[in-house]
Amino acid sequence: MSEEYIRVENLKKYFATKRGMLHAVDDVSFTIKKGETLGLVGESGCGKSTLGRCLIRLLDSTSGKVLLKNDNDDGYIDITKASPREMKALRKRVQIVFQDPYSCLNPRLSVWELIAEPLIVNNVHSDKNEMRKRVRSLMETVGLAERLENSYPHELDGGRRQRIGIARSLALNPEFIVLDEPVSALDVCIQAQILNLLNDLQREFSYTYVFISHNLSVVRHVSDRIAVMYLGQIVELSEYKELFSDPLHPYTQALLSAIPLAKLDVQRERIILEGDVPSPIEPPNACRFAGRCRYAKDICRTTPPALKEILPGHFTACHFAKEQKQ
Amino acid sequence: MSEKEIIPELVRKRRSPFVDVMMRLAKSPLAMFGLAIIFVLVFCAIFAELISPYSPIKQDLMHMFETPSAEHWLGTDEFGRDILSRLIYGARVSLQVGFIAVGIALVTGGMLGAVSGYYSGKLDNIIMRVMDVLLSIPQTLLAIAIVAALGPSLMNLMIAVGISAVPTYARIVRGSVLSIRSMEFIEAARAAGSSDLRIILKHIIPNSMAPIIVQSTLGVASAILNAAGLSFIGLGIQPPNPEWGAMLSGGRQYIRDYPHMTLYPGLAIMLTILALNFLGDGLRDALDPKLKR
Repeated sequence: MSEEYIRVENLKKYFATKRGMLHAVDDVSFTIKKGETLGLVGESGCGKSTLGRCLIRLLDSTSGKVLLKNDNDDGYIDITKASPREMKALRKRVQIVFQDPYSCLNPRLSVWELIAEPLIVNNVHSDKNEMRKRVRSLMETVGLAERLENSYPHELDGGRRQRIGIARSLALNPEFIVLDEPVSALDVCIQAQILNLLNDLQREFSYTYVFISHNLSVVRHVSDRIAVMYLGQIVELSEYKELFSDPLHPYTQALLSAIPLAKLDVQRERIILEGDVPSPIEPPNACRFAGRCRYAKDICRTTPPALKEILPGHFTACHFAKEQKQ
Repeated sequence: MSEKEIIPELVRKRRSPFVDVMMRLAKSPLAMFGLAIIFVLVFCAIFAELISPYSPIKQDLMHMFETPSAEHWLGTDEFGRDILSRLIYGARVSLQVGFIAVGIALVTGGMLGAVSGYYSGKLDNIIMRVMDVLLSIPQTLLAIAIVAALGPSLMNLMIAVGISAVPTYARIVRGSVLSIRSMEFIEAARAAGSSDLRIILKHIIPNSMAPIIVQSTLGVASAILNAAGLSFIGLGIQPPNPEWGAMLSGGRQYIRDYPHMTLYPGLAIMLTILALNFLGDGLRDALDPKLKR
C-alpha cells in the first residue's frame, strides 16, 4: 500500500499561444503509491486534466519526468521519454477514463467493437472466440448486459456509456488509471453507481487511480490522498482526512469553506475570494495566489513558495503555513 | 426457468456490417430506384453488343435526322446512326469516365485531405497551398492541359478529369477530418494504443463520410460533363466512338430543327446523375447508425 509507484518530478507543460507561453502545468512534483487513489482537485482551467494527460503521455510534456516503477525490478521507466515501442507496451499499463461519455465513444462502432478495440490494436487475442469471451467478461465486470453488445452508444444512457469507457480502459489489464472527471457529466444517482463500481474494481484488481474532479465531496468519497491544484501548481497535498480537517493553504481553506452544508443551525466563516484567477499566460515569478490571499505579505509577491512537508505527509506551498499552524 | 429465458426481441442478432448497411439501404425506396437505374445502365454497358439494335458507328446516309420511329426508337443523327445504339454503347464510356475519374479524385484527394487534416501544421500548409494553386486554375482548363500533355485517349481523359477534381475532395475531406479530429474519441483511441493509420481509417474516415458521399455522387455527374467537354474539343473520345457528352455537343448545332439529337443524350446523363444522387443519399443515411429505423 505504501510502496511508491509513480514519481513525478518537475513536470511542466507549456502551450504556445499568441500572447506567450501558457503555463498549464508548472513544475509539479509528487508521488503516487501503489494501490491508492490520489484525488486531484482544482477549479476549471487549473491544469488538472492536462496533468492527467501528461501522466499517461496523451500529451507530451515540456520538461520533467514521470517515473513509473517497473514490474519485475526496482527500476523506473520515464514515460515522458519512452520510445514508440516502449510506449506501446506502456499503453497496456496506463489507461484513462474520459470525462464526457457522449463524445469519447466513436458513434459508428457498436458496444462490442468499442470494447474490443484495445484488444484488437494490441493483438492481445489471436483467437476470435477467446476475444469474444474476454469482451463478454469485461461487460459483465462493468455491469453491462450482454444483450447490449450490438447496440450503438447513442442508444444508451450516460451511465451505460461511461461503463463502456471503463470497460475499454480495463481491457488491457492496466495497473494505473487516470480518471478524468469520470462522473461530472452524469446525474447524481448514476454518479454513485459509477463511483461504487470504480471502488469495487480497485478492491478487486488493486488498481492505482488518479481521480480528477472539481467536486470536493466526490473526491473526499474516493480518495486516499488529495492534491489541490491552483493555476498549474500543486498548492497542497495531504491525506484526505487531514486535508479536510486541517487545511494549511489559504486556497484550500477557501475551497473547503465553499462546500455547502446541509445543516441549518451551523454557522461558519465563509472565505470569499476576491478577484479572478490570474492569467496562466506568462505568470509572474511569485506566489500565484498572492493577489487573492488574505494573508499575503511582500515576500509572497516576490518569491514563489516551494511545496514543503509541513506535517508528516502533509505538503503545502505557502510561506506562512508554519505561522498559521501556531 | 421461464423467467430466465431471454426475450428474443431484445437480443439483436449480430450481422456482418455490410449486410446491415444493405438491409437499411433496402428500406429506402428512392435509393432502390437509383440502384435499379444504375444496374440497368451497367447492364447496358456490359452487354451493349447484344442489346443494341444497330452498330453505333455505321453510317446510313439514307436515314439522316430521322425522328423517333418503330425502326429507330430514338431516331438517327446527322450521319444516320441509330441514337439508341449510340446511347447504349456510350454508357460504357460515360460510366467508366464518371466512376474511374471520381475514383482517382477521391482516393488521391481523400488521402491528401486526411493526411493534411490529421497531421496539420507544416505538412498541412504545404499540401493545402498546392491544392489552392490547382484550385485557382479552372477545372476544365486544367483537364485540357493535362490531356494535351498526355495525349488524347480514354485513360488519359479519366486521369485528367480525375486530377482536376482532386483539390475539391482534398478540401472536403480535410474539413471533416479537422472537425472529427478534435473529438474526444480520437484521444480515447490513441489511449488504447491505436496507430495513426488505424485512427484515420477506422475512426476519422467513417465519421466524415457524409459530405464525401454526397460530393462523390455529384462528382460522377460533373466528371461525365467534363469528359464531354473535352471530347467536344477533340481531346477526349475520338469520333466516331459514341460518348454521351460528345453526342450532346454534336447535336447542339441541329437543336432547332432536330431537338431529339440532344434530348436523349441529355436525358441519359440526367437520369444517371439523378440515380446516383438518390443512391448517394440513401447510402449516407444507411451508413449512419444513428438514423437506424
